[in-house]
Amino acid sequence: MSSSRKIRVIIAKPGLDGHDRGAKVVARALRDAGMEVIYTGLRQTPEMIVRAAVDEAADVVGLSILSGAHTALFPRIMELLKKEGVENVLVIAGGIIPEDDIPELKKVGIAEVFGPGTPLNEIVDYIKSNVKL
Amino acid sequence: MCDDDVNILEGLKKWEQGLLKDTLSKFPEREKEFTTLSGIPVKRLYTPLDLADRDYNQVQSYPGEYPFTRGVQPTMYRGRFWTMRQYSGFAAAKDTNERFKFLLEQGQTGLSVAFDLPTQIGYDSDDPLARGEVGKVGVAVSSLADMEVLLDSIPLDKVSTSMTINAPAAVLLAMYIAVAEKQGVAMGKLRGTIQNDILKEYAARGTYIYPPRPSMRLITDTFKFCSKNLPLWNMISISGYHIREAGSTATQEVAFTLANGIAYVQAAIDAGLDVDEFASRLSFFFGSHSDFFEEVAKFRAARRLWAEIMHERFRAKNEDSWKMRFHTQTAGCTLTAQQPDNNVVRVTLQALQAVLGGTQSLHTNSRDEALSLPTTESVQIALRTQQIIAHETGVADTVDPLAGSYFVESLTDQIEAKARQYIEEIDKMGGATVAIERGYIQREITDSAYDFQKRVDSKQRIVVGVNKFTVDEEQKFDYMKVNPAAETEQVARLRKLRSTRNNSAVKKALSALKTAAKGETNLLPIIIDAVRAYATIGEICGVLRDVFGEYRSPESV
Amino acid sequence: MKMPAETEALSDNALVDEVLAGKRRALARLITMIENQDPAAVDTLSKLYKHTGRAHIIGITGPPGSGKSSLVTKLTTEYRKRGRTVGIICVDPSSPFTGGALLGDRIRMQEHSLDDDVFMRSMGTRGHLGGLARATSDAVKAIDASGKNVILVETVGAGQSEVEIIEIAHTVLLTDTPSTGDDIQAIKAGIMEIADIFVVNKMDLAGADKKVLEINAMLDLDTSNRSWRPPVLMTNARTGEGVEELVDRLEEHHKYLKESGMLEEKGLKRSREELRDIMELRLTKELMSALQGRKEYEAAIHRIADRDEDPYTVAQRLIAEFLADYQKKKKVKRDV
Repeated sequence: MSSSRKIRVIIAKPGLDGHDRGAKVVARALRDAGMEVIYTGLRQTPEMIVRAAVDEAADVVGLSILSGAHTALFPRIMELLKKEGVENVLVIAGGIIPEDDIPELKKVGIAEVFGPGTPLNEIVDYIKSNVKL
Repeated sequence: MCDDDVNILEGLKKWEQGLLKDTLSKFPEREKEFTTLSGIPVKRLYTPLDLADRDYNQVQSYPGEYPFTRGVQPTMYRGRFWTMRQYSGFAAAKDTNERFKFLLEQGQTGLSVAFDLPTQIGYDSDDPLARGEVGKVGVAVSSLADMEVLLDSIPLDKVSTSMTINAPAAVLLAMYIAVAEKQGVAMGKLRGTIQNDILKEYAARGTYIYPPRPSMRLITDTFKFCSKNLPLWNMISISGYHIREAGSTATQEVAFTLANGIAYVQAAIDAGLDVDEFASRLSFFFGSHSDFFEEVAKFRAARRLWAEIMHERFRAKNEDSWKMRFHTQTAGCTLTAQQPDNNVVRVTLQALQAVLGGTQSLHTNSRDEALSLPTTESVQIALRTQQIIAHETGVADTVDPLAGSYFVESLTDQIEAKARQYIEEIDKMGGATVAIERGYIQREITDSAYDFQKRVDSKQRIVVGVNKFTVDEEQKFDYMKVNPAAETEQVARLRKLRSTRNNSAVKKALSALKTAAKGETNLLPIIIDAVRAYATIGEICGVLRDVFGEYRSPESV
Repeated sequence: MKMPAETEALSDNALVDEVLAGKRRALARLITMIENQDPAAVDTLSKLYKHTGRAHIIGITGPPGSGKSSLVTKLTTEYRKRGRTVGIICVDPSSPFTGGALLGDRIRMQEHSLDDDVFMRSMGTRGHLGGLARATSDAVKAIDASGKNVILVETVGAGQSEVEIIEIAHTVLLTDTPSTGDDIQAIKAGIMEIADIFVVNKMDLAGADKKVLEINAMLDLDTSNRSWRPPVLMTNARTGEGVEELVDRLEEHHKYLKESGMLEEKGLKRSREELRDIMELRLTKELMSALQGRKEYEAAIHRIADRDEDPYTVAQRLIAEFLADYQKKKKVKRDV
């Protein structure tokens, strides 16, 4: 088994939302697809997420949120990522994020949003095709 | 085996070796194997043989009689329909109060309050951690002032209210009591429920605050207070819904819920209560998911298993202590964002399952809830769904109509058996609290969730509109958006409250709370005092955070 | 996937400077380069090497479920209280089938997630055996060079295979829990012999005292007459009870190593082993790159499989050829 380049992914749940089924399932799928996955758990502030992304030299940050607080939290996360100089990280999101909000999120740098019903391999393929190693 | 059974066995063999064999050679079946969603094998045909050697009086018995397989009341819906109780809440107390009034006018028979995440986690609306979360998944209640607006013009002696609140349940109960006081309604008359189920928060839902031991203290304090002062109030709603939503199977839903129930009963006994002092006011909460007959059987199995636990294990003497009363919500995780109108059909079937399963109260999801909180139109349809089942179908006119079905009774037995196995496993570990600390329950849930998702992705399980029968052009759907000004307005109200209330009274009350929390006094009366003085939820929970500490999840994936 | 970029935009020297200055992003990126066996990593490490050797490197090993992560968190808290800066490396197993890994230790160490003087990195073993990742040793050097006073390395915790930790740690801490019926667990040879400090965690559970007695009894039987008698401590990593004393002992051990000359001795041994390891790796790499894909090499392999030749003779011949080739090249260079 080779120890060649592995895609390192942080899966985080920003804010107070406690529904982690999707985050955990995606984390397992990414592991099964050969990636190194760090699941940060619940109640992550933007600062904590960005700190993890820096220390772990993450290639991908996956944000899972179902509470509607993404409009407040995501721009802050992107701002901090930029401040810390890790803006090459591929940032994707999932959960309950209304379609109408997606253009604004993409504007601040969220690469893609995966809504309910997305097959797991779609997320895997997207990461493999878009990650900047 | 009796003669009848011998005849059936012969008949069955003849059928299998003749007509069936013939048919299969020409028309193979759709799958090699069929199973329920939780993996119980589903046979082609069930016959009286599946119910052989069974004492009806023992196993199914009669509604209202141990072990309550057929229901906890003798006349069930012939006496009174289940309570139609739609979970609702959003933005500010005033907005939710309007929604409450609308639902009551439309024929809803009980209230169910959804609180926003800051409230559920004991933060005021202006706490930095609350930013962006205020009023989003439920109503923001930071103080008694908000509660008064929330329940404005709602007669608390006539309407029963369920509050989905866990870690700060005591605080919201205190607020409810204080509002009732102002209406002139005595505690003893209040009917309703607080969810108050912290174990499932650790295991599946995530809105915990304090570590297990002080949380159990709060819960048993609440039990003691309620058993003495609120005889009509359900002091806990031991929940399987969230465990199921997090991905567990039906059998796990029953097992983990009842295991948690066992832990609560034991904790209350250890805290000095006699089991019969509180057990009749325990209630439960389940989901109603996709597999029709498995769900109906699940409710019956859960009732029977709990009855045995209370009767045999805890030796409760009062019959009412053996009865599992439960609320059901149709399964949110089965709703699709694609082709949302399909969800009306799903919810209808799931609601029917719950009724056939003998639920005491029911919430039906709205079709747009995979996208957002429900619009008034959608929530009206959800309510009408229950009303049509109740008034037009006749299913409520006889008790436990599916009893005796060879399939349903067989499934009931099997679910009970599987659940029992899990409970034994958990007992061996030392109980639900230990199982949760070890991450056992969480892992089982995630295993099931992952397994299910893989089956959907590989089309072993079909989700209509998602992996089959999809449409390319999704119809644009108008969904509800919470007014963004709600947060700023709530913050302003809160700031005003802090400046106009009697702050020295608040300080005094909080100080008394701190002292009591460090000791062993029952915290309820002290919390009620604090609430009356308009101490905020953040302040009250903050004091308890200082004394109890915060829970750190032993998480994993 | 986009083609791997050339080594980071940061030039070698800039990277070296940033790591020495304690910049997290640089340190994190260097560790990634190390993990990916990026040649530039070696250049950077060789420039940083003289700045290593300052940190106290502590290995934490023990069976799964013994609370290693919680203990690491509490140790960090205590070290921070004493004004020390801390680096943490947590290793988790990579799947031998998919190559992926769930690195699940960071989630248990949230307390320090925003402390600027704590750096934490999760690593997958990526197929490497021995309880650590192949890159762990160099990652430790990087963190050392960045100036952290204490480096805690948490191993996979799979048991007897956990021997690599002795090679990189100054102090090895072995965790265990009170007996849950498995008395033999504690008395496995090999792992017991390498520990400098024993910690019975979860002391609130029944059997903690018994476990301490068992370990001490086993230590009594040790006739190797080491001058450091490993202390056996009890902790409750959830509440922090016992951790203060544990850090006292860790400091004591560090002091002992320095004063007894053991630290120097270990350092010498370590340098010898490391040099050999690096040379072995390089040589093998050179040899294999010379052989890989060559028709004669593949043919030889087939002959060995067919029993027409034996691998010993083939190996001798190939190595002799390689060395002769190398001599020739050297001569050519000189003559040019």
